[in-house]
Amino acid sequence: MSNQETSKSVFLNVNGVSYPVTIDGGRNLLSVLRGEIGLTGTKEGCDDCECGACMVLVDGQPVNSCSYLAAQTQGREITTIEGVAPSPEEMDPLQTNILEAGGVQCGFCTPGMILSARALLERTPHPSEEEVRIGLSGNLCRCTGYARIVEAVQRTAAGAKTATGDTGQ
Amino acid sequence: MTTHLLVATTLDEALAAMANGARPIAGGTDLVVGARVGKAPLPTELVAIDRLDELDIVGMVPGGSDDPTPLLFVGAMVSHATIMNHPLLAASYSGLADASALVGSPSTRNVGTIGGNVMNASPAMDTGAPLLAMGAMAVLQSVSGSRTVPLAELWTGPGTTSAGPDELCVAILIPRRMGEEGSAYVRLEYRRAMEIAVVGAGAAVTLNDDGTVAKAAVALTAVGPTILALTGLEELLIGTPLDDLSLSAVAMLASEQASPISDLRASDKYRRHTVGVMAKRALEAAGRRAAGETIAIPVNRAEGIGAARNAAAQNGAAK
Repeated sequence: MSNQETSKSVFLNVNGVSYPVTIDGGRNLLSVLRGEIGLTGTKEGCDDCECGACMVLVDGQPVNSCSYLAAQTQGREITTIEGVAPSPEEMDPLQTNILEAGGVQCGFCTPGMILSARALLERTPHPSEEEVRIGLSGNLCRCTGYARIVEAVQRTAAGAKTATGDTGQ
Repeated sequence: MTTHLLVATTLDEALAAMANGARPIAGGTDLVVGARVGKAPLPTELVAIDRLDELDIVGMVPGGSDDPTPLLFVGAMVSHATIMNHPLLAASYSGLADASALVGSPSTRNVGTIGGNVMNASPAMDTGAPLLAMGAMAVLQSVSGSRTVPLAELWTGPGTTSAGPDELCVAILIPRRMGEEGSAYVRLEYRRAMEIAVVGAGAAVTLNDDGTVAKAAVALTAVGPTILALTGLEELLIGTPLDDLSLSAVAMLASEQASPISDLRASDKYRRHTVGVMAKRALEAAGRRAAGETIAIPVNRAEGIGAARNAAAQNGAAK
């Protein structure tokens, strides 16, 4: 293997778009998303794999992007908060519910919370409160006290239950 | 500082890179975080092993020529999330499932692997104590061949192992848990997520038909330079029931044999006392499982140990 050139050109598939980036093998995914690709919805909190502000999905699984090497995600699908809403005019039910439940204060943890919640609901469509709390563990919030975030996830799950029915209301 | 990363697609490719000095990386939860907090700089040559699907397998394999007992094969790339949800592991290797279920958070458990946990050689690793109590071994492979090393001989100190720099841990082997054997892992924790064991204990127990102990092993977490196997258990336990008297004697033995440090998380005295309590609880849970009782994974949550105590009490599940 060559030592001369450690920067490599790779393609990262983020929210369905393939981005060419030239990066060192040691660069973490968070810094590439924010610094190279310009998607700043993913936040840098502790930068130490503790707080969950940098959570993204890699092939549908939550990953702390601050501590995951960007080059390892080649060929995998990355989802960031920018890829959650179905269109620029429409929010994802998780986004609507977290706003309506009052689960957003400063907002710094929100992108990570939403991505962890999305992965949870994918895996467990109708989680108990305990399952929501476990699913969101690793995402710290210093404002809300969590209750309203948990409520928003449960509302989303309940909404999904009726969404297949005739009308929600 | 720059890093060259090779994303390996075959085991041979990964081993060749390691023979040329590359360090392996899977989920990066120890290596990348460690580099950032200043433990050790990120190696200049890395080989990513997360696409080696042949290392992401759980199954039974035949035993060797000296001992034909079948062995459980857990590939080094098997994640904590897979372990905690695996029906065979949860039912028959419960102590390992207990440990994986306590690691970090859902994201840590998705990318963190058993191979990484074992080879990082932290004395506070969660999977170490149950694996040691179950008599597990690591399979180390390099371009020049492979060898199987009992975990007790693998760990040599905090963060150090007897593996050569070119050797990749490809799997963990666990002697098959025959019939009535039960295992458990419990830890003292101050919070329920993103926590590192303050102290912990893993236990594996086989019972006789009359409920007395036929075989038992206990290992301790975070009370020495490596995971520590408790010695002298046979005299205390063989042929006796797991009652208050024998469990208290094991707790004392564990406290005696521990050589903990004081740090931010606990004093040496506190660790010495609480590791005895953990040993007792792990052994008790392992004994109940050996007797056929189902205790949900992880024992910490099911039995309300550590930070889960209040929550479990509210649910009426605390003992």
